[in-house]
Amino acid sequence: MYSEKVMDHFSNPRNVGEIENADGVGLVGNAKCGDIMKMYLKVEDGVIVDVKFKTFGCGAAIATSSMATEMVKGKTLKEALQLTNKAVAEALDGLPPVKMHCSLLAEEAIHAAVEDYMKNHPEAVI
Amino acid sequence: MNRIYMDNAATTAISAEALNAMLPCFGQVFGNASSIHSTGRDARKKLEEARRTVAGLLGAKPNEIYFTSGGTESDNWAIKGAAFANRHKGNHIITSQIEHHAVLHTCQWLEKQGFEVTCLPVDEYGLVNPEDVEKAITDKTILISIMAANNEIGTVEPIAEIGKIAKEHKVLFHCDAVQAVGAIHVNVNDWNVDMLSLSAHKFHGPKGVGALYIRTGCKVEQFMHGGAQERGRRATTENLPGIVGLAAAMEKAVNGMEENAVRTMYLRDKLIDGLLKTIPHTRLNGHPMKRLPGNVNISVRFIEGEALLLRLDLAGIAGSSGSACTSGSLDPSHVLLAIGLPHEIAHGSLRLSLSDNNTEEEVDEVLKVLPEIVTSLRNMSPLYEQFLQEEK
Ligand SMILES: Cc1ncc(COP(=O)(O)O)c(C=O)c1O
Ligand code: FES
Repeated sequence: MYSEKVMDHFSNPRNVGEIENADGVGLVGNAKCGDIMKMYLKVEDGVIVDVKFKTFGCGAAIATSSMATEMVKGKTLKEALQLTNKAVAEALDGLPPVKMHCSLLAEEAIHAAVEDYMKNHPEAVI
Repeated sequence: MNRIYMDNAATTAISAEALNAMLPCFGQVFGNASSIHSTGRDARKKLEEARRTVAGLLGAKPNEIYFTSGGTESDNWAIKGAAFANRHKGNHIITSQIEHHAVLHTCQWLEKQGFEVTCLPVDEYGLVNPEDVEKAITDKTILISIMAANNEIGTVEPIAEIGKIAKEHKVLFHCDAVQAVGAIHVNVNDWNVDMLSLSAHKFHGPKGVGALYIRTGCKVEQFMHGGAQERGRRATTENLPGIVGLAAAMEKAVNGMEENAVRTMYLRDKLIDGLLKTIPHTRLNGHPMKRLPGNVNISVRFIEGEALLLRLDLAGIAGSSGSACTSGSLDPSHVLLAIGLPHEIAHGSLRLSLSDNNTEEEVDEVLKVLPEIVTSLRNMSPLYEQFLQEEK
């Protein structure tokens, strides 16, 4: 049911872990099935220089977290805020319809981490 | 990679005995059992032989056995058939919260048709209390439907006690024995059941064939209207290969049951003890003793079941889970919720179901691989991180 790309990111997830003294942390929960995703950002000059995640969720949730971190790494905060769950799902060669909500979790986690960064750094402009 | 199949509660591999019994029915014995000619009579002979076999193994009479398309149809037929045939007596049905959807969804549909359904709760082990059954009976009660053994957590229900109560109160009693046949002792008289469902693919028979036992005199509406097959109660040309396969598989399973159960229970307990010992924050779901010989169901905290299943599959191990993420409906299993598990613990449930095909080497392999997978998934779990911080 999952594409090869999903299985690849699921079995070898990129950027798993925590960042100590992260500049922004986003923790979001999935109202639908009760899963949880946490994103950590390291930001320098408005650019995401490092990102890590932890996920309690299904194969699609783990794969979308992994893909989302790859997609925002090296990007500006503004670009990260434009990341959509659709784009993440597409980058994974699609997700089964019942699993689309899992990709929403990845989008929300990134956005929450960026917002957390903005809160900690009110002087920052995007 | 050698695959390890531990999802025998979902379905089993067909046995050589069942397959060999079926093969002639795809060749020479292709007749319609209702035909007068000898080709038809050859088919009829096999059909009735199968019926006698199944009846004998259940302690029933051959004319009380009706072949169906599987467990789901047997459950549907028994419950709807008994409900509508006895509507003049009342409209109340008693069942339990942990029944298979084939029973629960049928009862829910009947509620829309004006029937009233009492869905009894179970205890933390998944046991139905016979006293609760008795207390729920009213003068409107026409049917009780309780499963012999649960497909998810393996709990074996006190069917004989419930059967006695049903008989005393003269209420029809249906039992979904789909998981029980071939695994534990099943006898329609010891249990006092009026109807009993079984399905071939759960005991190394073919898929798409089952049977419903209907006690003589028990009023049940016809389910399929059409020809006069199955003594006019279930129309359609009989699925002879399937029926013959069912009988052969059941004969082997029931006759070998005691020997197999000892072996399977040894493997089951080795697996349960090993997993609970090597993986911290794990619990056994279902009853420690009153449990199907092949059922292992544990909850592993801080991880999610689908991810666990996928990782196991990559390691060549087939299991299943009651996690919300595997359910399609995104709700955790109704059985796990009924035994009182909170959502997040139901989330990390894993069912490994053994059959006589499994070996000790396979159990050892799972005991080696599973803890590593759990560690790796926990290392990426925000819930585990939170738990470790709180512990400090
Ligand atoms: C307890 C129980 N009842 C009914 C069924 C349905 O049987 P079948 O797949 O033959 O329709 C199953 C199988 O999943 C089961 O485990
Ligand atoms: S995270 Fe639960 S279904 Fe994907």
